[in-house]
Amino acid sequence: MRFILSLLTILAFSINPASAKPTLTIYTYDSFTTDWGPGPAVKKAYEKTCDCTLKWVAIADGVALLNRLKLEGTSTKADIVLGLDTNLVVEAKATQLFEPANIDVPSSKISKLWSDKTFIAYDYAPFAVIWDREKMKNPPTSLQELVDGPVDQKIILQDPRTSTPGLGFLIWMKTVYGDKAPEAWQKLSKRILTVTPGWSQSYSLFTKGEAPMVLSYVTSPAYHMIAEKTERYAAAKFAEGHYLQIEVAGLIKTGKNKDLAKQFLQFMVSPGFQDHIPTKNWMFPAGKTDKPLPDEYAKLISPEKLLLRDPKIVSQNRKAWIAEWLKATSK
Amino acid sequence: MAQGNEQIMSDQRAKTLPRIAGFSALFFIALVTFGAFAALATRATTGFPLSEIFTDAYLGQVIIFTLWQATLSSVISIGLAIPTARAFARQSAFTGRDSLLKLFALPLALPALVGVLAVLGLWGRSGWINQLTGDLLSFSIFGLPGILIAHVFFNLPLATRLFLSSLERIPVENWRLASQLQMPAGSIFKFIEWPVLKTVLPGIFALVFMLCLTSFTIVLTLGGGPSSTTLEVAIYQSLRFDFDPGRAVTLAVIQLAITLILLAISFRFTKTLPDMASLKSAMPRPDAGTLSARFFDLGLIIIAGCFVALPLLALVLDGLSADLFKLLTTPAVLKAITTSIILALVAAILCLALCWAMLKAIVDQNSFYAKLVSFASSVILVMPVIVLGSGWFILLHRFGDVFSFAPLLVIIINALMALPFAHRILGPALMEASLKHGRLVTSLGITGWARFRLIDFPVLKKPLLLAFAFAMALSLGDLGVIALFGSEQITTLPLLLFKSLGSYRTHDAQGLALLLAIACLLILYTADKLSRSSR
Repeated sequence: MRFILSLLTILAFSINPASAKPTLTIYTYDSFTTDWGPGPAVKKAYEKTCDCTLKWVAIADGVALLNRLKLEGTSTKADIVLGLDTNLVVEAKATQLFEPANIDVPSSKISKLWSDKTFIAYDYAPFAVIWDREKMKNPPTSLQELVDGPVDQKIILQDPRTSTPGLGFLIWMKTVYGDKAPEAWQKLSKRILTVTPGWSQSYSLFTKGEAPMVLSYVTSPAYHMIAEKTERYAAAKFAEGHYLQIEVAGLIKTGKNKDLAKQFLQFMVSPGFQDHIPTKNWMFPAGKTDKPLPDEYAKLISPEKLLLRDPKIVSQNRKAWIAEWLKATSK
Repeated sequence: MAQGNEQIMSDQRAKTLPRIAGFSALFFIALVTFGAFAALATRATTGFPLSEIFTDAYLGQVIIFTLWQATLSSVISIGLAIPTARAFARQSAFTGRDSLLKLFALPLALPALVGVLAVLGLWGRSGWINQLTGDLLSFSIFGLPGILIAHVFFNLPLATRLFLSSLERIPVENWRLASQLQMPAGSIFKFIEWPVLKTVLPGIFALVFMLCLTSFTIVLTLGGGPSSTTLEVAIYQSLRFDFDPGRAVTLAVIQLAITLILLAISFRFTKTLPDMASLKSAMPRPDAGTLSARFFDLGLIIIAGCFVALPLLALVLDGLSADLFKLLTTPAVLKAITTSIILALVAAILCLALCWAMLKAIVDQNSFYAKLVSFASSVILVMPVIVLGSGWFILLHRFGDVFSFAPLLVIIINALMALPFAHRILGPALMEASLKHGRLVTSLGITGWARFRLIDFPVLKKPLLLAFAFAMALSLGDLGVIALFGSEQITTLPLLLFKSLGSYRTHDAQGLALLLAIACLLILYTADKLSRSSR
């Protein structure tokens, strides 16, 4: 028993190593800080430049991250929050915990779509339907074809009430179909194998061969090509354009190390951070990189048109759109 | 006279101490569960939208579906578990029986998502049945069938084991009598087995029902669309994008009310345990030997065994495709295994301590207190983890970094989650033991530690170790709590598995699932070994 207690104490206290250097605390989602995620490499690269300690605090995902901030309010220990997406920034702003960092953001492919002063983009990827070459021959070439296609070729989606890609697809449908969205959903629902609570569940079902299509990201095939050396999975390019997920970070007003935090945000859009994004976070870098993108990225589809709705409109309509989706798909 | 007084006083002491311990355990459980509730309620900014909820047509549909799938799932699981348990009880000596029964404890310990993937390995579009039959059958289980199959996969083995452990406590005298009277199988069931099963049935049914009622990942993942949703999902949802604590608390209260009604009904039907004082000695049952009984029993065992074991085999084969050696030499994996085992070990100790304290204070099985214990041991199951997590976060974050409390919270909540299982294993055994020699021990004035060491432990070693193993395996497989409180420092095996799935690393996840299954089996095996060893 004493052995266990002492182990517990070690577990509990190993979290706060004493240190004279200033500590920069960054809240992020947990896949960012795994061994194979960008977190450890970014920490190493940044600590070389700052004479500080970078502490990641990992919270399940972007939505949980925002809820954590709402619970903590001004007592939050975060200096920076990294990992919200554009659909969450209105609620994030409403917490009044963020302030503009005033850093120079280099221009990128998404600058025209996203230029918020407070929430700075660090990576992005358009959503896409990923299809399995071993299970189907002719993937849909448009959202319309997906909706109208054969009902025996199913797709796995995520629930917009619990998952960010799920919400992204809901907005995608709404952006393309507008008032006709309920009819489109009704048609599409015949092709839906299931709607999972999160991305992980749907992607596992998909790679297990339960359905030939899944909603994921344009960049997903890059993982399979680079890490698994297979071209079995590909993204379907849709004529209407692809809805975009942009991941952003923001400076906390009440943080203790604001200068350090601003310095980090500047670092975030520089190669020291951005070079790790393509093969560790499997997204497109939103800032400057030194290394060129891996060759496999050249094989990815590049959408003709990127779609993004004003976060205010999303925030005002989210509940109504979800209700509309529920009504159309739950029979 | 003086001697008499002393006797009364020691009697009093013998009753007071367990009562204090029992009530402290109850208080602790109430604090953990309702404390979280209250804390979350203080953050309700928009009030508690009870009337809005009752007029919401979709939510009404959700509640009906929740109850419908839970009823079907538990009726099927229990309906199959009783004959299966009986078959196992009758055929007490076939090769592989012990191993099969150990496998039966495994689904319980698997995180829901891992269980779902295992079930799909057998039943899925690319599962074995569809592969073997080619395009002949070509069926899909998504929808209600999938939910039911997965729920039965999780609960049939659990219920079988619980029923079996009470059938195995039937006194040998009854069998002697049955064999003298040459009772046919039907009468044996009616006069010997049913009276025993009847006493545990309401409790086991309620347990399975609650597990299905609050099912989340299984229902959403296999349900096929938003029409298959449980109340638990609605609660989770109200604390996600909407972040509406008032709504979450209100929905959770509705879920709790439904459960309370159910438990009240189950208490109504709970019968007192028949007096089963017995000399422990094994005797083959008179109804086990006939050819037809053997044929029937083994058939049933093979079917139930395949139903449980084949998905597990799929899990193992998937796991073998991973680079296990590489996984086992990765520091993060080793750390996760160590963390998992420490947390699960402490959670199991706490769970058993609470369970023991509450059960020992029961004097009369029909008392209000006894019913309170039964309720308290189960209430945590219908407390949505996200409500517990957010509530305790609100309570604790003022006192410092919540992550430094994380191991403690994970342990406490996991211990409470294992309590209903421990209660159902230990409760009947303890009642039986106290019926048998409770009065004698009390009159001899043996109390406290001496009583535990000399009397209770030797007699109750088997159920104690089984309850411990169940509690530990259950905590080992927990994903709900650790997903809320885990961090880079506190990462368990299931959390690492989930993170791997969350970053495309399917093969690693399959390997980790196999490691988790092996760890659980090792725990069950060790407990079994220990319970057989002589003192």
